[in-house]
Amino acid sequence: MTHRIDATGSNVPIVRVLDVHKSFGAVEVLRGISFDVAKGEAVCIIGPSGSGKSTLLRCINGLVTIDRGEIFVALHAVHRLHKDVEMVALRKDVSIVFQQYNLFPHKTALENVMMAPIDVLKQPRREVEERAYALLKKVRLSGKEQSYPGELSGGQQQRVAIARALAMRPQVMLFDEVTAALDPETRKEVLATIRQLIEEGMTSVLVTHEMAFAREIADHVYFTDHGLIVEDGPPSQLFAAPRKERTRAFLEQIL
Amino acid sequence: MRATPPSPAALICQMRRGGLSQRERRQNQPLSLGKRGRGEGAALFSTRTGVALAIVFVASIAVAQIRTQPASASVLELLVKWTPLLATGFLFNLLISFFAMVVGTASGLLLAFARISPRRSLRGTSWIVVQFFRNAPWLVLLFFVMYLLPFQFRLGSVTIPFPDWIKATLGLALPIMANVAEIVRGAVQSIPTAQWDAARSLAFSRRQTLWKIILPQCVKRMLPPWMNWYAILTMATTLASIVGVSEVMTITLRITNAEGRTDLLIPIYSYVLLWFFLYCYPISRWTRRLEARYGQR
Ligand SMILES: Nc1ncnc2c1ncn2[C@@H]1O[C@H](COP(=O)(O)OP(=O)(O)OP(=O)(O)O)[C@@H](O)[C@H]1O
Ligand SMILES: [Mg+2]
Repeated sequence: MTHRIDATGSNVPIVRVLDVHKSFGAVEVLRGISFDVAKGEAVCIIGPSGSGKSTLLRCINGLVTIDRGEIFVALHAVHRLHKDVEMVALRKDVSIVFQQYNLFPHKTALENVMMAPIDVLKQPRREVEERAYALLKKVRLSGKEQSYPGELSGGQQQRVAIARALAMRPQVMLFDEVTAALDPETRKEVLATIRQLIEEGMTSVLVTHEMAFAREIADHVYFTDHGLIVEDGPPSQLFAAPRKERTRAFLEQIL
Repeated sequence: MRATPPSPAALICQMRRGGLSQRERRQNQPLSLGKRGRGEGAALFSTRTGVALAIVFVASIAVAQIRTQPASASVLELLVKWTPLLATGFLFNLLISFFAMVVGTASGLLLAFARISPRRSLRGTSWIVVQFFRNAPWLVLLFFVMYLLPFQFRLGSVTIPFPDWIKATLGLALPIMANVAEIVRGAVQSIPTAQWDAARSLAFSRRQTLWKIILPQCVKRMLPPWMNWYAILTMATTLASIVGVSEVMTITLRITNAEGRTDLLIPIYSYVLLWFFLYCYPISRWTRRLEARYGQR
């Protein structure tokens, strides 16, 4: 699926991760991870539980500060940002969607989507509101604007979370196992939403256990284990003919 | 029956004891703040207490009525006569409780922010402050403030008087501050860290996250214990009489001295007690209603 890169006409990495190390106490969670994501590309990260996938995404948007290595996102050198204030600029360019949605329970779906653009980006309320309605429509939640998260199903909440992330107009989207907490039916709705985004050219990094989905939408797949990238390649190759024994064992177990 | 005025200090001791046993439980369990309020509220302002108080009041009047010399005014007449004066004193108690609550809540909020600050030194210092003011006896704090603060301020050429009742208000605000700080800290820390992650990911600053996302979610949890402390504070305002503020207890004492009648003592003090109860009882009921409503979540 290289056509999208051709369409954007460039291969400039918008995310660059170089030799990233991270330990929590004595536990080495990331032990030298490097990869690039070009503009408009969709990259999937797969791997067993505890291999550091979530930590990696959280490093990219600065929720976790790294011990060693470099991370660049758009124009930001993430590894050099330390203060909260410095992080703010980065987080305007990269959004994340969590496994557990993490919506703000005291706000309606619409308010969840509108909050950050108004309070952080200081955009005019009227404009933001219009955009929020459009985004909720895009994730197929028209009519649910005034519902509180507690009144929505898991799949609906997750789509609100996607709309909320998109409302920041990020250059990069990070998805951390966003369908893992959902039942198969609602899973489909969420995957359809993400598929549409990727087709529109949203640069995305997805951690996922949905192998069929990864195979279908990814430009490139990384298999991680114990804080290292074991193998990577285009999905057609990695899924059909993995080179490493570890990858093969993992895929066999999960499929 | 000997007429001994109900000692505010004893009242406070009783309240503190209620608080202590609960505090131990809460240390490992910030979520149980609500339960804590319930325990104290139930002990202090139950309907049963109210009924008992009313019975004591009516009975004391009846007894006094029988024993009164035919020539002198009846106890009931005296109570009616002094009610307006007592009411002004009681209003003063409410005024003190109100201001002490405002000051205590505002400063308690700031103290709570220090308690959860990312800076270690700030966390440590504020912890000591909280521990001190939560565990010091209220009366000691009151005397402390009374004698520490001047009776007036000089701002350039202007002299601002600093009356006793304001000092008493500040003295009572101190323990409220420390307890509010604990309520806020417990509530903030009971919000899942995922909410912080989500807010930070959306580029909210720490302060914005606290004010717009975390604290609004805490209100439900903070309201019952906060109201409970208000009820406790209201009763504690009688402590101000010990340091010479003209609140309802002081006035009661003056009235009994002026009338010089021992048969008035029990009726008038239970009368005042009844007032406090009638003021605090609805607050306590409302607190328990809120707890029941939010408790299950
Ligand atoms: N804040 C933290 N403090 C301490 N240890 C942590 C922290 N965050 C993650 N870890 C540890 O790092 C390791 C990797 O965690 P991570 O969540 O990144 O794995 P993952 O690949 O996303 O797993 P899963 O598929 O289960 O989500 C785990 O052993 C976890 O316990
Ligand atoms: Mg994870």
